Amino acid sequence: MLTLECPYCAVMADETELSPGYEAHLKRYGPGSSDEEFEAYMFARKNPKGVHFERWRHAYGCGKWFLAARDTATLEVFGTYTAQSAAPPQALQDKIKAKRPDWKGYK
Amino acid sequence: MSTRLSKGGRLIDRARAVDFTFNGKRLRGFAGDTLAASLLANDQMLMGRSFKYHRARGAVASGAEEPNALVNLGRGAFLEPNQRATTTETFDGLEAQSQNHWPSLEMDIGVVNNALARFLPGGFYYKTFIHPRAAWKHVFEPVIRKAAGLGPAPKEMDGDRYEQAYAFCDVLIAGGGIAGLQAALAAASGGARVMVLEQTPVWGGRAPVDGDVIDGMAADLWVKKTVQALEAMPNVTLRTRCMVAGVYDHGYVLAEDRVADHTPGDGRPKKRLWRIRAGRIVAATGALERPLSFAGNDVPGVMLASAVRDYVVNWAVSPGDRTVVVTNNDDAYRTAIALKQAGLAVPCIVDARAVANGPLPTQARAMGIRVETGKGIAKVKGTKRVTAVTLCMQAGEGAALEEIACDAVAMSGGWSPVVHLWSHCGGKLTWDDTHAMFRPDATRPPISHDGLAMVYPAGAANGALKAAQALADAALAGAAAAGAGPIAAAQAEAREEAALEPVWIMPQGASYKLRAKMWLDYQNDVKVSDVQLAAREGYESVEHTKRYTTLGMATDQGKLSNINGLAVLAGALNTDIPNVGTTTFRPPYTPVTLGALAGEARGEIFQPLRRSPMHAWHEQAKAYFEPVGLWRRPYCFPRGGENHAQAVEREILNTRQGVGLLDASTLGKLIVKGPDAGRFLDMMYTNVMSNLGIGKCRYGLMCNENGFLSDDGVVVRLAEDTWLCHTTTGGADRIHAHMEDWLQCEWWDWQVYVANVTEEYAQIAVAGPKARALLEKLGGMDVSADALPFMTFADGTLGGLPVRAYRISFSGELSYELAVPAGYGQELWDKLMAAGADLGVMPYGTEAMHIMRAEKGFIMIGDETDGTVIPQDLNLGWAISKKKADYLGKRGQERSYLASPDRWTLAGFETLDGSVIPDGAYIIAAGVNANGQGNTQGRVTSTYYSPTLKKGIAMGLIKGGMARAGEVVEFTKLGGSPVKARIVDPVFYDKQGAKQNG
Amino acid sequence: MKRYSAFALAREALSNHMGWERAWAAPQPKAAYDAIIIGAGGHGLATAYYLGKNFGITNVAILEKGWLGGGNTGRNTTIIRSNYLQDSSAAIYEKARSLYETLSQDLNYNAMFSPRGVMMLAQTHHEVRGYQRTAHANALQGVVTEFISPQRVKELCPILNIDGPRYPVLGALWQARGGTGRHDAVAWGYARACSAMGMDIIQNCEVKGITSANGVVTGVETTKGYIGTKKIGIVVAGHSGQVADMAGFRLPVEAVALQALVSEPIKPCMDVVVMANTVHGYMSQSDKGEMVIGGGTDGFNNFTQRGSFHHIEETLRALIETFPIISRLKMLRQWGGIVDMTGDRSPIISKTPVGNCFINCGWGTGGFKAIPGSGWAMAELMAKGEPGPLAAEFDMWRFKEGRFIDESVAAGVAH
Repeated sequence: MLTLECPYCAVMADETELSPGYEAHLKRYGPGSSDEEFEAYMFARKNPKGVHFERWRHAYGCGKWFLAARDTATLEVFGTYTAQSAAPPQALQDKIKAKRPDWKGYK
Repeated sequence: MSTRLSKGGRLIDRARAVDFTFNGKRLRGFAGDTLAASLLANDQMLMGRSFKYHRARGAVASGAEEPNALVNLGRGAFLEPNQRATTTETFDGLEAQSQNHWPSLEMDIGVVNNALARFLPGGFYYKTFIHPRAAWKHVFEPVIRKAAGLGPAPKEMDGDRYEQAYAFCDVLIAGGGIAGLQAALAAASGGARVMVLEQTPVWGGRAPVDGDVIDGMAADLWVKKTVQALEAMPNVTLRTRCMVAGVYDHGYVLAEDRVADHTPGDGRPKKRLWRIRAGRIVAATGALERPLSFAGNDVPGVMLASAVRDYVVNWAVSPGDRTVVVTNNDDAYRTAIALKQAGLAVPCIVDARAVANGPLPTQARAMGIRVETGKGIAKVKGTKRVTAVTLCMQAGEGAALEEIACDAVAMSGGWSPVVHLWSHCGGKLTWDDTHAMFRPDATRPPISHDGLAMVYPAGAANGALKAAQALADAALAGAAAAGAGPIAAAQAEAREEAALEPVWIMPQGASYKLRAKMWLDYQNDVKVSDVQLAAREGYESVEHTKRYTTLGMATDQGKLSNINGLAVLAGALNTDIPNVGTTTFRPPYTPVTLGALAGEARGEIFQPLRRSPMHAWHEQAKAYFEPVGLWRRPYCFPRGGENHAQAVEREILNTRQGVGLLDASTLGKLIVKGPDAGRFLDMMYTNVMSNLGIGKCRYGLMCNENGFLSDDGVVVRLAEDTWLCHTTTGGADRIHAHMEDWLQCEWWDWQVYVANVTEEYAQIAVAGPKARALLEKLGGMDVSADALPFMTFADGTLGGLPVRAYRISFSGELSYELAVPAGYGQELWDKLMAAGADLGVMPYGTEAMHIMRAEKGFIMIGDETDGTVIPQDLNLGWAISKKKADYLGKRGQERSYLASPDRWTLAGFETLDGSVIPDGAYIIAAGVNANGQGNTQGRVTSTYYSPTLKKGIAMGLIKGGMARAGEVVEFTKLGGSPVKARIVDPVFYDKQGAKQNG
Repeated sequence: MKRYSAFALAREALSNHMGWERAWAAPQPKAAYDAIIIGAGGHGLATAYYLGKNFGITNVAILEKGWLGGGNTGRNTTIIRSNYLQDSSAAIYEKARSLYETLSQDLNYNAMFSPRGVMMLAQTHHEVRGYQRTAHANALQGVVTEFISPQRVKELCPILNIDGPRYPVLGALWQARGGTGRHDAVAWGYARACSAMGMDIIQNCEVKGITSANGVVTGVETTKGYIGTKKIGIVVAGHSGQVADMAGFRLPVEAVALQALVSEPIKPCMDVVVMANTVHGYMSQSDKGEMVIGGGTDGFNNFTQRGSFHHIEETLRALIETFPIISRLKMLRQWGGIVDMTGDRSPIISKTPVGNCFINCGWGTGGFKAIPGSGWAMAELMAKGEPGPLAAEFDMWRFKEGRFIDESVAAGVAH
């Protein structure tokens, strides 16, 4: 039963208020992309046992999508930030690196 | 015999007798009793039968860990199987029945299993019942099933109700013993919001029974004062009868509150489920005493030493007149002393240790109690009741030294901290050699969302078994959990106790015969010999042993058996206990009523019910409803003695020939607005929506990124920057979310706003050749073909109501869909029905709608589509823009399998004999595939009897599609020969569209 | 291997059960094997068993990180059925179901296959049509199913409330020869048979790396040292992505939690397996008497073997609505497993970009019922280097082509 802080509402939202959206920071491949690119975009999901970046929607709250950095093995949440982010905030990346020195980065 | 003592009993009110029945026998107890205490007070030691061997069993414990004393409570709609007598409060009128026996508790045929026990060792069923093959299902399994199980299944719907509640706190304290109360004081002192939950009706835990003295007061008094102090604090909430069932991630705690379990019929819910978000959790859950493994340790009258003490001190019940105490530690001497003080006989304390010279043994000896050290019990005599024990040397093989007559045995194998709540979310344990117990490893706690410790063990649950240490430990835990500064802990008088000596088998060198009578798991009848057998056979992992023998899988989930069992396993494997490890602790701590987990969501309100604004009218009209998502929609409106099919046929013919009304309010309505709305919709839909003229309507298709058709509907351009998108009934929320997803996460710089206005409007389809006449009777706006041509809309008034009228048709008839603010829906419906009376207007339901659209060859999401169909399959290429560079699904549709010419595509079908093709039928192709399965070349997607055409009509997908028009193919028919049908145009009705366009 | 039988049981009873052999040996790894299976769950053990039985390949090691059968094999709701819609699914699940019919005799270990019948309730008209479609498909696939009336549903399962106010039962898809099995016994039975064929089951042996030369596997690095091999089968549900990483390829798989629970045991009251997909829940009664209950998956990547509690509440609401008498029973134990979900929710039994490295994963919520068929197909793939007809459609490249095997078409909860 996760709680994630909605970066829009600044409240700790209960999992029952949220809809999950799986992997964050996907680059969309549309017409003109290769079969391999399109397959990777659609299906080759990161599935780390450890630090993961993922999408959540505060569906039964403000309705906004946001992104979260979470450890899939411990469920520790490193931070959340708005979905309108091309990359995780540097401060968050630094925090994760400090806590998980082996972490290879979000890409 | 077991009986009520003439005085004492700190929890009972002798002034308030309560009458109850056990197996129909009328008995009397006192308020404050548990059922087990009441039964023992009435000399009812035999309380149940074990699971496998049907052995006679009495209560072995006095609390939640009880494996034996399970009863059925109540009857009929209030029957509750498998209630623990040790935690059930006795109330006036309570009816209890013992279980798992036939014909009676005293005389149980199933006990034949006991005689056959040597042939039924742990896991025996894996080795037999193999041949003949059919025998397992038809012979062996039914016999095993009947013999297994415990209480009977209830037969009636639950007569009680349950509720659920939320709570939030900074620190949740599980357990209201002295450690929990001390931790609460510490946590609350800094202002943190604290909840303290105690599973029993009484605060204080074991300390008052054990005679502890705290801050110079008797423990009872300290508890009372402390509870009063906590009650006076505005930031503290206290609840008894509230069991913390589980700790879940991020501080989520589940607790079961036995609101009216003990006061049935008083109008309150039986139970309340608390869902609590706690910042941190203090597990002050105490410790459980372990049985000792000696032969016959399950005979009624053999009890935990602490339980014997509880019965005497708390309820003034003596389990026996002559109680032998057997122990490996000093604590059990308290039981002997308590019994002696109550005037009962303690013929002997059998202590497995070589030496017992601490203050407690000294006190016992001083009271004249015989103490035998270095000894053990070789065997308990008696079947339904202890009659005697034989003593032996603990270091020996069980040769009898002497027999001591007694009617009860109080045993203690030491204590195990209750680590369940620590472990639920992954807290790790460490083995404490001194006390022979697993306790929480503070360096490896369960963590919360912030990566910090989520659970703080306190007191006995943390291995601090003595009051003084427990209080000090709890004060630290409470403060740490609250992030508060330390407070001074209450001071308990020190208790001197010598170290225990681990005893896992008594005597140490016991023969197989004795080991086959040493119970580890009482309820599941798992013995020392079974665990040793599992180890010999290679089931070496503790999980293998558990699963192979069923050790710890009974309703007590191994509270008494786990540590003893894995110690025996470790012995058999010749390794250390920590190497063996424990099985996983899973919620709940004690079983939780399923009804409480479901709460009040049952029956009509099992799920939220969505109603259209005209719902009440439909109900009055006795509509037959069907669930569509959370909506309830009229399927048809039967009249007189009509069945559903007849009603549907009438509704269709009336609509085709006159005029019909459909409540279309459930259709999704999404407003899409903003400077980039057109561009956005061009990505959402396969066709172009940005060039739709204001005032115009256009049918659109939506695909997911995989290319598959996911929804359809009519899009309307309301203004330069505003579109209204209709979705399917089931699609409104999903498509809204889908749009928000793309807007927020991909094209977040596009200026578009989406609002779901589905419930803001009532929408009524007025369809049929007389539809225009009906609207003209209402009067108001111009609804002529010239003013309002097909696929346009206009705002105006009808019958004095503000209406938006769309000229769209899903029936193929001349049709208007009228949208009004939801509050006007019923009024408009009433006006249409009244004005249309002489035109023969009738409502029609969803089934008539489905059939009419099928007659017209319109596809239906969910019928023609199933998540694997692309628009191209449905000959909807005309609704796919070739000009657009991109839309959701375009790239997906370019993949080889989706672009293949071999895909099945839409066609119509007519059977040669006019019959209706069966729902779900496949089109047969010649031969079989590599797996021997019959080949197929297509399938039906919609198939109906057409009242309009008086024959069966169908749509379906077939390889080659309409290019094969005229060909005859065969559809499967279950239990019959294939149905021959001809491939035809899927538009069966008004092919030119003159009616809908008119 | 000493055979199990009632006679053996009686014989051993006379010697206090001291004569039983180990069910499986506990060897140390050899330097090299002809084939290594990573993962001693049901699927891995079945793969090894059929490698030996069908292809005579017995110089095999099965490496297990923890204890054999300790993953999803030992934590599922034990449903066995094959009433799938798509041809390739129906083929492999029916192969599995038919092997389950004789598994106890094949393995000489009572796996307690109980063909008590599985019904999938239709509670909307849409669902009625969907299950009728499955019945038609099954008829062509050789899977014996039928669509039954609400009255027949009630006869087969009297505790079912077919007249609920919200979702009355309109019929059901009935597979009379579906049922349940004893999950642990399936793993143990295969393990015992593999061990008897001379295969090495090595528990507490975690694979830390996969070595290859010229794009072909050569061995594995483990916590018990390096072991050489000619072929590797990766069969590690829940951790497929992690092991695939070691081999150097990425899988279209995500790991999520699936939860289940049991009630306290009660006397027999339910003789069939019931799945109610509209309301999302399924239930059967174990031979011990517990009601065995499951529902849908959680919605986020999760390796903890724990789930979120509101899903349990949703499942119980659904089942109390379907079976009102269970309201007064109690939840005894709840747990979670880690399941691999692929892009189309169907499994992968496939060659991989690495030579002689094969993968079997992605069984999602429905792996237990597939164990014998999955092992059969995987053994064929490993032995021949090419998939047989059972595995042919389940390759990992189907996603690129858009060639999905989508069972969600027929049922919301595929279990």
